[in-house]
Amino acid sequence: MDVLVTQVFNGLSGGSILLLAALGLALTFGQMGVINMAHGEFIMAGAYTAFVMQQVLGAAGLSLLVSLPMAFLVGGLLGVLLEATLLRRMYHRPLDTLLVTWGVSLILQQLARDVFGTAGVDVPAPGWLSGPVEVLGFSFPRSRLFILALAIAAVVALSLALRLTPLGRRIRATVQNRQLAESSGISTRRTDVLTFFIGSGLAGVAGVVLTLMGSISSNLGTSYIVDAFLVVIVGGIGQIKGAVIAAFVLGTVQSWVEYSTTASIAKVILLALVVAFLQARPQGIFQVRTRSLA
Amino acid sequence: MNADYLELTDLTVSFDGFVAVDHVDLTVLQGDLRFLIGPNGAGKTTLIDAVSGLVPATGRAEFGGQDLLGRKVHRIARMGVGRTFQTATVFEELSVLQNLDIAAGSGRSAWTLLRRRRGVPPSVAEAMETVGLTELADTPAGILAHGQKQWLEIGMLLVQDARLLMLDEPVAGMSGEEKEQTGHLLRRISADTTVVVVEHDMDFMRAFAKSVTVLHAGKVLSEGSVAQVQADPLVQEVYLGPGSHTAEEAAIVLGEGV
Amino acid sequence: MSEFDTAASRVSALRGRWAVLVGFGVAAVLLFAVAPAVLTSFRLGLLGKYLCYAMVAVGIGLAWGRGGMLVLGQGVFFGIGAYLMAMHLKLADAGADGVPDFMALISSSGVPGWWEPFRSGWVTLVAILVLPALLAALLGLATFRRRVRGAYFAILSQALAAAFAILLIGNPTATGGSTGLNNFVGFFGFSLRDPVNRQMLYFIAAGVLLAMLLLVRQLMVSRYGELLVACRDSEERVRFLGYDPATVKTVAFAVAAMMAGIGGALFVPIVGIISPNDVGIVPSIGLLIGVAIGGRTTLAGPVLGAIAVAWAETSLSEQFPSGWTYAQGLMFMLVVAFLPGGLASLGAVRGLRRKIAAADPTVAAETADGDPAPVPATEPRHAHGGAQA
Ligand SMILES: Nc1ncnc2c1ncn2[C@@H]1O[C@H](COP(=O)(O)OP(=O)(O)OP(=O)(O)O)[C@@H](O)[C@H]1O
Ligand SMILES: [Mg+2]
Repeated sequence: MDVLVTQVFNGLSGGSILLLAALGLALTFGQMGVINMAHGEFIMAGAYTAFVMQQVLGAAGLSLLVSLPMAFLVGGLLGVLLEATLLRRMYHRPLDTLLVTWGVSLILQQLARDVFGTAGVDVPAPGWLSGPVEVLGFSFPRSRLFILALAIAAVVALSLALRLTPLGRRIRATVQNRQLAESSGISTRRTDVLTFFIGSGLAGVAGVVLTLMGSISSNLGTSYIVDAFLVVIVGGIGQIKGAVIAAFVLGTVQSWVEYSTTASIAKVILLALVVAFLQARPQGIFQVRTRSLA
Repeated sequence: MNADYLELTDLTVSFDGFVAVDHVDLTVLQGDLRFLIGPNGAGKTTLIDAVSGLVPATGRAEFGGQDLLGRKVHRIARMGVGRTFQTATVFEELSVLQNLDIAAGSGRSAWTLLRRRRGVPPSVAEAMETVGLTELADTPAGILAHGQKQWLEIGMLLVQDARLLMLDEPVAGMSGEEKEQTGHLLRRISADTTVVVVEHDMDFMRAFAKSVTVLHAGKVLSEGSVAQVQADPLVQEVYLGPGSHTAEEAAIVLGEGV
Repeated sequence: MSEFDTAASRVSALRGRWAVLVGFGVAAVLLFAVAPAVLTSFRLGLLGKYLCYAMVAVGIGLAWGRGGMLVLGQGVFFGIGAYLMAMHLKLADAGADGVPDFMALISSSGVPGWWEPFRSGWVTLVAILVLPALLAALLGLATFRRRVRGAYFAILSQALAAAFAILLIGNPTATGGSTGLNNFVGFFGFSLRDPVNRQMLYFIAAGVLLAMLLLVRQLMVSRYGELLVACRDSEERVRFLGYDPATVKTVAFAVAAMMAGIGGALFVPIVGIISPNDVGIVPSIGLLIGVAIGGRTTLAGPVLGAIAVAWAETSLSEQFPSGWTYAQGLMFMLVVAFLPGGLASLGAVRGLRRKIAAADPTVAAETADGDPAPVPATEPRHAHGGAQA
């Protein structure tokens, strides 16, 4: 029973971290087809934003709350810069975007090492997030609960924005039929830039959250990027709900496999499970039907 | 040889509840040149997709006595079923010759595949001659004009040695003379194969169809010779809207001879 | 008319064959005569190491350039070849029934059972040839048969590289952990300390690389090569012609994996160490930049690019470690975004333009089918948008 509750909680908690890392990708990869390897470094940028904010503001509680929007902005602007300079000319060759953004990711990592040093830095959590909460005799770390809540909030905000705002409608129209959207007067350029801004901004938010999990260094992004992509692949392209389900499923599976084997074997088993899953559903949990031969 | 006919029984394709092909029964005999017409969205392309294995379907689709449904696309192709696409699809970075050579070669052994092609296989040379692309043999298909790409696709169908040929709007965008040539070519081919042509071009249909099936909202609306179909009030209604129509009205849309 | 065209393309094929023969001749003279004469034995060893990377690059050129598969996990196959060889060398150094030095240091449980078969040199050599290709075939069939999209394949192969490196690090008693395997004394009975033997290893690597180039050249000009390009252009269309593209692509992927495995196996005695640093995500993707620079669709481009990049890395990273990372990042960004055909495309684009200008069979024949076709500097077209990417 004890184990069960702990494992379920670990699964949810791991899932919420995966979800935050993958949510932005679900937009940029899922909706726009760009394979942005620098997404991980946008996460890292968000984490370092939190670090800098804490240095500047001092008070841990305030700085965390200020960091969230700041990191969104930092991540988003990095994304816009990337989209406007390189990616906009590459929409017709999605595989190559992977390599180009890999180059960007190398540079951002090195930049972080040159600016912040190679050693990890700590961003202490504010008082109201340290220590556990007791529920029904079980204790849960407050920071993990905060992450879970934030992940859910991000999903809700994003889906509401996509469904209700004019921008959301433009994004969905552009994704579904670019030419038609263009000819009905939607500026697809502006939509692309905005989509990228939001997707990359979410990476920044994920970065802030990761500071609650431990010290941060230049390779923070590398450790999450592949898993985040696997979440989008399993979830299926084009829908946020796919990413949500996939993140929690993968998080739960990972926590169970890790519990019964070792962390290194768990990685291999998880990958094998993903490949096996794709045998049954090559397009992920949610499939979008198209008639294209591609 | 005469067992080579296409027989669809109760063929149904639905996409998440939307029925695009609705319990269609259709028989096309060898030697026939069957035109499949119908308004946009009638399910013509989807029907071809189902027969060639691109979309899953229920019911039966038999060719030469063998069931096609449930098989993989490349297996169906190997059973002698060839098709073209509504938008010409050729290998853009390969030359005309290479395109045709690949189309001709699905039966090749591994050993043949691993060796270089020497010269031009006779069937490929003949097909190039037939579709008039001999001079462009070494041109990358990507820089061909639209009409030439469609010719190339037809050529690929020829060398593929298909016994059932399904062409999706083969003359769209061709000039009058090119249509004429295509029509005669299809007539010739259809002498000893089974040919299904999806077309919107009514003049072309009238000039070359041996028989016609009209599809509407996934169902077979009418079937018969060109004249029979044109005279069918149901067909007139679908093309012209409900109510009675004068012969002239019908003639404008469906062509003369009503 | 058709005889004329045949004649024209035959002429061009002949000319292509001569060019390739001359190219191979020059390469052989450079590798076997010039390099050993002018390079110190230390430099020759470095060149040998670059040649191992070049072997991986030849395979990447085939799978990625010709087949359109973005292979980001070649480090895995390289690593399997390398670790197999390293295990054998360690066991051989330890003598019959002996325990390799690093194992004896960190654990007392002796040699793990799955190491035992590799005491035999023959078993090891066969495994080096078979295991990487087998793993690639499995992954290839699993993804290509289910028509998993290209981006998914790329990410899965990357995830494989990550998992492999983590697995190696996580099992230090069996794999040496993050230090890897090193300190090899002998190589199939020859001492690795002897400079003559080390030079011999270099010659082996050079010979193997040339043989691989010949093999890939044959694959490229064969009908199979044309079919592979067709699969890259439009996989579904190939299917409607009665081929199974999954098989076509898997063959190329498996050949590429085998070449990476052989490269890894030769890397071990030449360089003297293999560690997870050589096989994870970063080195795996790093192998691609040389291929991209040289020209992914060409025969010689990947080899020259890989050697040039490896050479630049050695010379730059010692003096400016962080500078090299910036340079590598910039290369990925600039070359892939602005020169997707690599340096080779600078010449090829001109040829193509001429061909379009004069749709005249004589001119067209000049760049025709025979030899590694100069492919225009564009990727196979993909519709934009998530739904189709
Ligand atoms: N993959 C799919 N998913 C959902 N609906 C589809 C799909 N393919 C086709 N349809 C629908 O099925 C119907 C039939 O389409 P189909 O393309 O077969 O018509 P058609 O007769 O070929 O039309 P046209 O003459 O315009 O080519 C259309 O309403 C179309 O929207
Ligand atoms: Mg249609």
